[in-house]
Amino acid sequence: MIPTHHLDDSTLLAYSSGTLDEAFMVVAASHVAVCPACQAAVRSAEALGGALLERVEEAPISEDCRARTMASLDRALFTGRGPVTPRTELPLPLASRLSVSRFSELPWKKKAPGVAMLDVKLSGRANGQLKLMRISAGRAMPEHGHGGEEITLVLKGAYIDHMGRFGEGDVADLDEAIEHRPVVDQNLDCICLVATERPTRFKSLTARLMQPFVGI
Amino acid sequence: MLAVMESADMRPLDDKQRMELHLRSLISRVAQDRDRQAFAGLFDHFAPRLKSFMMRKSASAELAEDLVQEAMIAVWTKAQSYEPSKGAVATWVFTIARNLRIDRFRRDGNMPLTELGDYDEPSDAPEGEELLGRKQEDGLVARALESIPHEQREILLLSFVEDMPQSEIAARLAIPLGTVKSRMRLAYGHLRRLLETGL
Repeated sequence: MIPTHHLDDSTLLAYSSGTLDEAFMVVAASHVAVCPACQAAVRSAEALGGALLERVEEAPISEDCRARTMASLDRALFTGRGPVTPRTELPLPLASRLSVSRFSELPWKKKAPGVAMLDVKLSGRANGQLKLMRISAGRAMPEHGHGGEEITLVLKGAYIDHMGRFGEGDVADLDEAIEHRPVVDQNLDCICLVATERPTRFKSLTARLMQPFVGI
Repeated sequence: MLAVMESADMRPLDDKQRMELHLRSLISRVAQDRDRQAFAGLFDHFAPRLKSFMMRKSASAELAEDLVQEAMIAVWTKAQSYEPSKGAVATWVFTIARNLRIDRFRRDGNMPLTELGDYDEPSDAPEGEELLGRKQEDGLVARALESIPHEQREILLLSFVEDMPQSEIAARLAIPLGTVKSRMRLAYGHLRRLLETGL
């Protein structure tokens, strides 16, 4: 299925420059992997990176660095095209951070009726948080805003809100001012991957979504 | 490919295109013959640029040179995977250096880098890439960079070269995060229009 909701251009640029925080990078990469339009867009942005590299001021290289590099060529192994990467049900950037390859094997934690979540472990330098969310078929989520930066990718199933229908591969890279009340399709659970800023400035995703259920 | 273009367009090659052809011939000599002299040519062109690129923030000159060495050795070992149809040599080298920088500066090192595929990964969008590859030779990307306002170019430089996340750029320039994003959108929109229309 070809996605119809894409990454914001500013996210695409930050992704291509390699400056997205890890949590957001995993979500962006998982979308790009299934989106031909964004793949082409990333290539264009990378071309910008190439043109900028050609423009940077040159820093003098020590003779030692040059000699060391030339001397190590004989030991360096040539690599051809990489091996074909195994297909998993999960996007590769995500699968490499979980020890499972199928959605059904994920150790979900129930948070509320019809809502299960799972934290995805990131490297210690990540600033954001990455969560998997599973919402039961037909369930309406409470209306909530996005206090900070947040990107959501639909991995399975679909939901509808006032922005439209978000199905497999679609990404909601929305302005933080937007509030929405997603309703999951009737016949299939919806599994999303959500990157958020670390909830120091903003209430955590879990707290925002659970508020109506637990009454805090 | 360039030679064909030249005869079709009846336009002489400019310096940038000549340099690009030269770099491509060096890469192909490395890929096919493991030609050390060709590699030395690539080193002398890219290493000083890569050193600037790696001298971000707290990186010392020593660390920057270590990373330059690592990036250049990747150029040596991966030369066979460079695809001229996908873009300029500098773009390919940029992706190698960017991935290396992410590995060193933004993660613990034990996390696999599967987010940003290497440039050589097969893609499902060959048409757009072919197009970009050709148009890039036309200098459109460089032209896009020159024709955007300084304030947009500055943001691209901070992001792609200085390796700064959007929030850091906002803090450095004392402007709202939203302004950083909108300047990125404008710059990218301009590039996209140039690539699509060639105007």
